[in-house]
Amino acid sequence: MNSGPKFSTAVLWTLMILGFALVPVLMRSSYQLNLASHVLVWGLFAVAFNMLWGVTGMLSFGQALYYGLGAYFVGLMVEYLGSAWYLPAIGIGMLAVAATSFLLGLLVIRVGGVYFTMLTLAFGQLAWQITFKWYDFTGGDDGIQGIAAPGFLQNPIAYYYFLLVLVMLSIWILKRMAYSPFGLMLRCVRQNPERVRFLGRRVRRNQLRVYMVSSLFAALAGSLMAGIDNSIHTDMFFWTTSGEVILMSVLGGLNQFFGPFVGAAVIIIIEDIVGAWTEYWSLIIGSIIMSMVILFPKGLVGELHQLKLRMMPPKERRSE
Amino acid sequence: MDFSFFITQTISGLTMATLLFLVASGLTLIFGVGNVFNFAHGSFYMVGAYFGYQLVSIWELNFWVALILAGLGAGVVGMLAESLFLRRIYGRVNEGGFQILLTYCFILIIDDLVKLVWGTEYKSLPRPKGFSGALNFGDIYLPSYNLVIIAVGLIVVVASWWILTRTRPGKIARAAAVDREMVDTLGVNVPLTMTLVFGIATALGGMAGALAAPLRTVTPGAGVEVIIDSLIVVVLGGMGNFWGAWLGALLIGEVNAFAVAFLPKWASLFSFLVMVIVLIFKPEGLFSPRQVRKV
Amino acid sequence: MNAILELESVHKSFGGLQVTQNVSFAVMPGEISAIIGPNGAGKTTLFNQITGHLHPNSGRILFQGHDVVGDSPQKIVAQGIGRAFQIASLFPDETVLDNVKVACLSRLDQTRRFWRPVQRFRRATERAHGILEDLGLEKQADRLAFELAHGDQKLLDIGIALVLEPQLLLLDEPTAGMSPEERQRTRELIKKLWKAYDLTLVFIEHDMDMVFGIAQKVRVLQQGALLAEGTPDEIRNNKDVVTAYLGEA
Repeated sequence: MNSGPKFSTAVLWTLMILGFALVPVLMRSSYQLNLASHVLVWGLFAVAFNMLWGVTGMLSFGQALYYGLGAYFVGLMVEYLGSAWYLPAIGIGMLAVAATSFLLGLLVIRVGGVYFTMLTLAFGQLAWQITFKWYDFTGGDDGIQGIAAPGFLQNPIAYYYFLLVLVMLSIWILKRMAYSPFGLMLRCVRQNPERVRFLGRRVRRNQLRVYMVSSLFAALAGSLMAGIDNSIHTDMFFWTTSGEVILMSVLGGLNQFFGPFVGAAVIIIIEDIVGAWTEYWSLIIGSIIMSMVILFPKGLVGELHQLKLRMMPPKERRSE
Repeated sequence: MDFSFFITQTISGLTMATLLFLVASGLTLIFGVGNVFNFAHGSFYMVGAYFGYQLVSIWELNFWVALILAGLGAGVVGMLAESLFLRRIYGRVNEGGFQILLTYCFILIIDDLVKLVWGTEYKSLPRPKGFSGALNFGDIYLPSYNLVIIAVGLIVVVASWWILTRTRPGKIARAAAVDREMVDTLGVNVPLTMTLVFGIATALGGMAGALAAPLRTVTPGAGVEVIIDSLIVVVLGGMGNFWGAWLGALLIGEVNAFAVAFLPKWASLFSFLVMVIVLIFKPEGLFSPRQVRKV
Repeated sequence: MNAILELESVHKSFGGLQVTQNVSFAVMPGEISAIIGPNGAGKTTLFNQITGHLHPNSGRILFQGHDVVGDSPQKIVAQGIGRAFQIASLFPDETVLDNVKVACLSRLDQTRRFWRPVQRFRRATERAHGILEDLGLEKQADRLAFELAHGDQKLLDIGIALVLEPQLLLLDEPTAGMSPEERQRTRELIKKLWKAYDLTLVFIEHDMDMVFGIAQKVRVLQQGALLAEGTPDEIRNNKDVVTAYLGEA
């Protein structure tokens, strides 16, 4: 994982935060605010997902389960108990996800490989089926709308800053994890699990830890999403949601910490633009990702980084 | 539960089992011989259904001819997908992940292509002449078309058995499923074999799609349901285990048929649960010898 | 003085094939010895049984008096047996420094720390640099492991094992695939490390310069059985050994 010389990353971070912070000031319609909000939420979701795949090598096709749980805890609690429960619901949702991901993780991590991927897909779909069919409680395919946020958060701009702070904080936490000994350990688990065992460390235990962390932040992303459009929908559990986050990571670059965020931004913005003149978005994004997988497996940020390295004199490459 | 009800459900289950088998067998074949998990397999099923629709409802070909052509068409699409795209990522580090990713892209692309050509409305395909009715034995109700499906399934099963055990290509395929490198050193053209296997598997899936079309409407998105169903079957039977796929399909077909009769709303959950339990306790499949398959 | 490693009638067979036949020998602390024999003689299989990757069918393997048969590889590593592999087992996408550092962090039980960046763990970093210096890999500390030359990769492999402070170090063909200059360098390096880290060293080798150059004792394996055991000179003059193997270098 590349951290880069400290000065330039700090500058980039500041620019990015500043950029997002200025959106409400510079925007010309609430639509752009909405777009920026989506980028932030999906960005978090994708970065959290990448801890699982890019860093640790665990391809889960079911992170939508936790994303959906985060969203539905907020949606359902506010719907049935009132908007005062909005913030507590985020916390309670995360607790529930911690428990769920722990139990599920114990079950699915043992099998590994394609089976792990398929089992996570299966559980995600299970959640979708239950939510879909339990119309009376969850609203089924109609979802639930009109989820009111409490007090001052009802102002969309206030909510946007609330969202921005939480997302940036979360990404910062994840970043510190990625560059810590734990993060190094996770990367080693991906590259050579046998050697990790030889160091006296447990592979599965580390996999379970990152699975829980990734799921927790997926849940947070879902909870925050519920407040953007003030609604929840069963599609949040659907496997294509899990797939979306995978595509974002691949586009941005698996081996870059920040790649998935960039991937999320690119996909959301392009989807927005392309969606205006064609409904065949799947065809386009499918083709793009397919080309990337075949030609540029390192993703946007990864390939750019490679390019940068190649243009630097060898001596300076060290700190990259 | 009376006898006629039992028979009716069993036949119904057998019908579903046949369709499941036709799709799942292809999936397991590709995995066994080529070590590729074709996530997009359901999409070829769907393509077959649409080809069937086009050939019968639009171009008014004979149903049986259309069935075969639809299967072949899906097979050709499959071979193109494999040789032009999938082949390029063989042997990469982290290949499993990229395979799933690439085949996921296939799903996205094929789904939209289908919408592009045929639109999003549900299409229907009529049953072939002479088979729209049913056979009645007292209270037992056996739709004749369902019997056709079962018959086709039996033909495929017998033909597969014969090919796999009596012909050279079949034996090579079985050998490759066990040890691909060995087969390579024997001078067999592995890439060509891969493409052909992929083609046969997707052809079977496509034919299943065309076959199922008169029973269900033809819609985009059908591929997704199918992949999960066939996944369940393949997990039960063991990845790469051709006959396991058959037994698994039988099991799921019947479980589903009876579950639908008793708990229609939650029936699909049953097969799901079965898969989860099997994956947890015997991931190599119910019908496979115990082996550690941890990639 | 008690043996640090003692094999008592170790026997292993796979179906009808006997890969280890009734092997017994004792390794003294501080000794540097070689195990030689033709390919297929069961040398690596023997190592695998010592490190717990394979369980012998019968016999005992005593490490510092304690029978390790049945212990997991992790447990055996924790008890003080280290191993370098025939094919270097590294973390290819990590830097050379991090490859060693992760072992240091593991040794210091700091791998669960998730907040401070890796660079700020001073002890682990210093230790890692120290080992790289001893191995002569210091200049390549920032290169990615997969970029290293084959010989350097094997050295790094040894380095990772050394971090765990083993008392007994098993090296599986340390100079395999190296050029003559690399081999000489490695020979001298291994001798240096043996002294500096106070190790008991057992290595499998085909390179006879290495065997006769630095080993104090040589054990010869043939078809899973111990054919002969003695000083390099004794082995060189042993008729059975000469007939069977010394043509192979």
